[in-house]
Amino acid sequence: MSKALLVLEDGKVFTGYSYGSEGQTLGEVVFCTGMTGYQETLTDPSYAGQIVVQTAPHIGNTGVNSRDEESSKVWVAGYVVRDASRIVSNFRSEDSLDNELVKYGVVGIRGLDTRALTRHLRDRGVMRGGVFSGEKANAPVEELVAEVQSAKKMQGLSLSDVVSTAAKYVVAAEGAEFGKVAILDLGIKASTIENMTARGLEVHVYPATSNAATLLETNPDAVFYSNGPGDPETAATQVETLQEILKTKTPFFGICFGNQLLGRALGFETYKLAFGHRGINQPVLDRRTGKVEVTAHNHGFAVKVEGGPEVDSPAGFGRVKVSHVSLNDDVVEGLECVDIPAYSVQYHPEAAAGPHDSNYLFDRLIELISNNRKAANA
Amino acid sequence: MPKRSDIKSVLVIGSGPIVIGQACEFDYSGTQACRVLREEGIRVILVNSNPATIMTDPDFADATYVEPITPEIIESIIIKEKPDAILPTLGGQTALNAAMSLHELGILDKYNVELIGAKVDAIKKGEDRQIFKQLVLDAGADVARSVIAHTMDEVIAAVDVLGYPMVVRPSFTMGGLGSGFAYNEEDLRRIAGAGLQASPTTEVLLEESILGWKEYELELMRDTADNTVVVCSIENVDPVGVHTGDSITVAPALTLTDREFQNLRDIGIRIIRDVGVDTGGCNIQFAVDPSDGRVIVIEMNPRVSRSSALASKATGFPIAKIAAKLAIGYTLDEIPNDITRVTPASFEPTLDYIVVKVPRFAFEKFPAADATLTTTMKSVGEAMAIGRNYSQALQKALRSLEKKGSSFHWGEQTKSAAELVEISKVPTDGRIVTVQQALRLGATPEQVFEATKIDPWFIDQIVLINEVAETIQSAPELNDEVIKLGKEHGFSDAQLASLRSLSESDVRAIRHSLGLRPVYKTVDTCAGEFPALTPYHYSTYEQETEVIPSDRRKVVILGSGPNRIGQGVEFDYSCVHASFALSDAGFETIMINCNPETVSTDYDTSDRLYFEPLTLEDVLEVIHAESQSGELVGVVVQLGGQTALGLAKGLKEAGIPILGTSPEAIDLAEERGLFSEILDNAGLLAPANGIAINLAEATEIAGRIGYPVLVRPSFVLGGRGMEIVYDQHSLVDYFDRIAEYGLIGPGYPLLVDRFLDAAIEIDIDALYDGHELYVGGVMEHIEEAGIHSGDSSCTLPPITLSAGQIERVRKATEEIAKGIGVRGLINVQFAIASDVLYVLEANPRASRTVPFVSKALGITLAKAASLVMVGRTIRELVAGGHLPPADGTHIPAGSAIAVKEAVLPFKRFATKDGRFVDSLLGPEMRSTGEVMGMDVDFPTAFAKSQAAAGTSLPTSGTIFISVADRDKPQVILPVRRLQQLGYRILATEGTAAILERHGIAVESVRKHSSPGEQPSIVDLINDGKVDVIVNTPSGSSARKDGYEIRAATTAADKAIFTTIAQLSAAIGSFEKVIDGPFEVRSLQQHALDRAAKLG
Repeated sequence: MSKALLVLEDGKVFTGYSYGSEGQTLGEVVFCTGMTGYQETLTDPSYAGQIVVQTAPHIGNTGVNSRDEESSKVWVAGYVVRDASRIVSNFRSEDSLDNELVKYGVVGIRGLDTRALTRHLRDRGVMRGGVFSGEKANAPVEELVAEVQSAKKMQGLSLSDVVSTAAKYVVAAEGAEFGKVAILDLGIKASTIENMTARGLEVHVYPATSNAATLLETNPDAVFYSNGPGDPETAATQVETLQEILKTKTPFFGICFGNQLLGRALGFETYKLAFGHRGINQPVLDRRTGKVEVTAHNHGFAVKVEGGPEVDSPAGFGRVKVSHVSLNDDVVEGLECVDIPAYSVQYHPEAAAGPHDSNYLFDRLIELISNNRKAANA
Repeated sequence: MPKRSDIKSVLVIGSGPIVIGQACEFDYSGTQACRVLREEGIRVILVNSNPATIMTDPDFADATYVEPITPEIIESIIIKEKPDAILPTLGGQTALNAAMSLHELGILDKYNVELIGAKVDAIKKGEDRQIFKQLVLDAGADVARSVIAHTMDEVIAAVDVLGYPMVVRPSFTMGGLGSGFAYNEEDLRRIAGAGLQASPTTEVLLEESILGWKEYELELMRDTADNTVVVCSIENVDPVGVHTGDSITVAPALTLTDREFQNLRDIGIRIIRDVGVDTGGCNIQFAVDPSDGRVIVIEMNPRVSRSSALASKATGFPIAKIAAKLAIGYTLDEIPNDITRVTPASFEPTLDYIVVKVPRFAFEKFPAADATLTTTMKSVGEAMAIGRNYSQALQKALRSLEKKGSSFHWGEQTKSAAELVEISKVPTDGRIVTVQQALRLGATPEQVFEATKIDPWFIDQIVLINEVAETIQSAPELNDEVIKLGKEHGFSDAQLASLRSLSESDVRAIRHSLGLRPVYKTVDTCAGEFPALTPYHYSTYEQETEVIPSDRRKVVILGSGPNRIGQGVEFDYSCVHASFALSDAGFETIMINCNPETVSTDYDTSDRLYFEPLTLEDVLEVIHAESQSGELVGVVVQLGGQTALGLAKGLKEAGIPILGTSPEAIDLAEERGLFSEILDNAGLLAPANGIAINLAEATEIAGRIGYPVLVRPSFVLGGRGMEIVYDQHSLVDYFDRIAEYGLIGPGYPLLVDRFLDAAIEIDIDALYDGHELYVGGVMEHIEEAGIHSGDSSCTLPPITLSAGQIERVRKATEEIAKGIGVRGLINVQFAIASDVLYVLEANPRASRTVPFVSKALGITLAKAASLVMVGRTIRELVAGGHLPPADGTHIPAGSAIAVKEAVLPFKRFATKDGRFVDSLLGPEMRSTGEVMGMDVDFPTAFAKSQAAAGTSLPTSGTIFISVADRDKPQVILPVRRLQQLGYRILATEGTAAILERHGIAVESVRKHSSPGEQPSIVDLINDGKVDVIVNTPSGSSARKDGYEIRAATTAADKAIFTTIAQLSAAIGSFEKVIDGPFEVRSLQQHALDRAAKLG
């Protein structure tokens, strides 16, 4: 059991034991309140650049398996858990989480008061931090704090290139093909693609730098912007691309980062939340049906829409509705354009990890494509 | 959708007496429901026959009917109160069954009363196994292969389809009553036979065995807008095969991936939707095959359940409260989360701690019972603990049981690892400790898994605990690091002490000198995401504490821990009342308890709640944490039963102020020599007696005072180990039998009393402030002395005592209270034999009858007692309206009579060969709960009490009489009257001869042990041809027959009288049931009547 430290930029230090790889890592420290789904969390590209604190005390009990990976690797910058499982117990398990972390070189820490840490982040907002283990754990604290303070802030950080696919790839539809979707990969999760292909959509996944012409090259039925890490303010190119696409009246759907970029494309501002939404128990109201869905969230930024449930797009795309809101803090959780075929949600209808309550949003994509075809044929 | 405006009044149905499978969790849920409905401006009408509940406090409803929960009674209440709706989903299976009866009898339609909370259709879908099975399949989930059977032939035919072992489940019973595993045809005939009998629809479900699968539960809630949330997931540590109520369970589930958990969630939501639960909660149980993840839905309950109470306490999400709000029309998003106050209830709680629940059993009360755990629930209570990890929560939970040997230990172990593994194959009380011992002695986790099918993750946690113990034991010194490690995994100071061969106080001193104290975290529903405004805390050893300082005057109230026979909801009632009264008086109230079923562990009962084990260590630490701010006025120990009382001395030694009667005074009452002195000084008599710490001494005393003698260990509740011993031979036998429980020894001697034959026993509950005695009530037992007071029925006011006798009782109580130095409550038991008053025992604490007294006479003794403890005088309390001016000895003529009747769990306990244990009553308490019948005269009140206890007296039919020789003279008169009333009389030969000689027409019936062709009495009872059984126990030769008769009666669920006193008392009641239906009257109306009579 070798010592490890979690050092925050405000000088607060938590002591624990080394977990996963030894060494040091820097990133934005965020807490995630899901009680299941650590493997999905670790492999979710949206967590790139972040040191993730799990509030659930026991992590690693069910090991890891290839089926539950959301991408090809572990993305978190660091990992903070209270009790790391000593053994693995699950019929699907292929390896232990510990091995997985070592394999991807993730520096982690265990055995600290994660609740005190979470409350600290809740009260003061998320901040930069570092995990230090091995030799580095014995360095003077001031030195480590200084190191943390020199790390890049999430605000103003662009990470899309880091997580995006290097080259375009295609995934075939399952069963009869209904249509084709061009996806801008800003950090996409496997479950999102599965949800589309399961509904008969062939998906063409493009690198984050692709322009409108490339995205529209196959004449897709819809364009999709995925989730992903980073500050939406830094994604000016992708926003311009989206504006071009919206002008073509091609149906558009966005999730998470994609929602923020739709917001910006429509002319709204985005802003950083104090400590973000990261969990799988978040109540969201669907204003269209009046129903509440329990949803998976992972976002530190949000779209600012003021002046009522329906406003005009400052960028001239017609009327825009706030279709979904968080019942916990009224944050905008979904946008729906009235005059163009575009909508997006801030949270994760693909879940993984999380409840499947908002799976219907993928059905809405099918609906949107159908309606658009009808309109075109009319 | 906002609150419905068409519902102005609601009838809430309670769950009746505490029985195994349906305990005080329904007092908790019902109390919450009543509160919510009244806050919403709805008129609340309540029916519940159980007086020992908070919900039946007249303050919680507008009209409180402590009446039998039968369709006839409820109809009378409906006629009288005209409710708009009935809420049956918070009173367990009892309330749900009552609602279904009302529907089937057309009563709901007739009076145009709506069922809210669950619709008839939903109840049917959830509880009818055939319909439910189809529904599960339609929802895309799987069920165990099964066959429905209505006859034994159908049962036997199912073997071809399902094979052995086979699961048998009767329909429409609660707590899995009558369920079991059949390994062969003999088992099958026995279990299914009983199951067909137990099911109100004569229906059993036979299923393929899924023994050893992992078991999970989900608690869900759904509203009219189809919003559904999963409040909590619960995983059973004991795999399928052990009833979930008897399993160690953990929340949240710990061995599921998200994909598997979401699958269960999806299935659960589809089921609750398809069943149509749209205004409340439901509980769904799943079995998961550990080898391939195949999921089977075991069952669902479309109502608040025991698990809902656990889930509420585990998460801070008040399921019952929210269910009540949904029932009157709100949707989840319209209801705020009490704890954060800023977020809505339409979310799913997330936990950053681990909750472990462990069951508490009472097999020591039923030595003949088979202690194997099965799908029929047998535990009588439970303890819950919260820790920051599983090992900590588990160890805290085990020590919360307050039972010798229930915690992990590392002392001497005579059995080998192999033997222990073998033993652990059969699930029993304490198997987890057997597993720990086996692992400690070298059994591999794989061997333990093979034997128990407990998930390897949970087994590894025990391996971990053993490793930590090893580290603690072998460390060169007990330093900061070692203690921290132990505390991290839930080791108590006592466990550390035994590992280090130190005393517990030594360890505590070392720990404190190192500055090692627990911190207190908060249960906040959201893992810290939002600030919590409710101080609901648990301890752990970590960095940051969340106790918010306060400058108020504080009172700590110690609860009574897990329910057990002899210490149940009655004590929680007193604790909760103290909390209310002290809070009203301006104190900050701090509750410590570990029983998740109770109202006391509701986060809004007290100002602060600590969900902690009731051990000296845990209590001292809470007190220390709370002493960091404000002023600690003291600790209330006299309301939480023996649990709280047992801590008094240790607290006092640690310099903590004890409120009310001092620990020394408490000892005075228990210490026989000192107590005798008090009696001598007051000129009071006790039966001749002595104290012994071994057999030789006991023999000497018995020889001196003469047999029969009553023996009882000191410092026990519920008459543990209490027996009437008739001769020397039985005394030797007694010592042999109780040796293993360690109840007797130096410092805790055996009390040996001359047993008073044919005496009337009297109980009194009173309050003493140092100057004045205020009597709550004087109760006369219906059974003679020798039956434990908790099992005896009693009446208030007494029905045969003269005013002079009552005055003598009062005076004697006053002398005893003064002699002991009571400040607060005292309960004294007397016997009157040949008009001589004997003092049997005195207890300077809240007794089991405090709530009964308060319901019967409207005197809230526990509230008043708590105020006396903080220095108020009785005079002040009377002046302030806290107590009525006339005490419980001043009951005007013509006042209503209240009868308390005990409810016994014999039907839950079968012997190894599958027969019910004997239902004879004795000095050791075995009842789990009680009911109250109240009416203008004793016979009606008694008849109501019998109906409430579940064995209504028949208006016609056959009565069987078989009594011991000594009882034969007394039985003649009652039987003559029964015959005049038109009942057919059967008797065994001896009894029949005597009755015939007295001119009573009687049919003789063959004894079970006598050879013969015609059916024996046992056959007749089994065939349902006898309606009432009168059987008093006699000498050894007839004993076997008596047992057969009583066991058959238990199985057939018929009224039985095992004492002549009971029968004589009931004669008038037979007349009353023949006369016609009972009238109903609310407690509020009774109070008005009493006030009018007092003028």
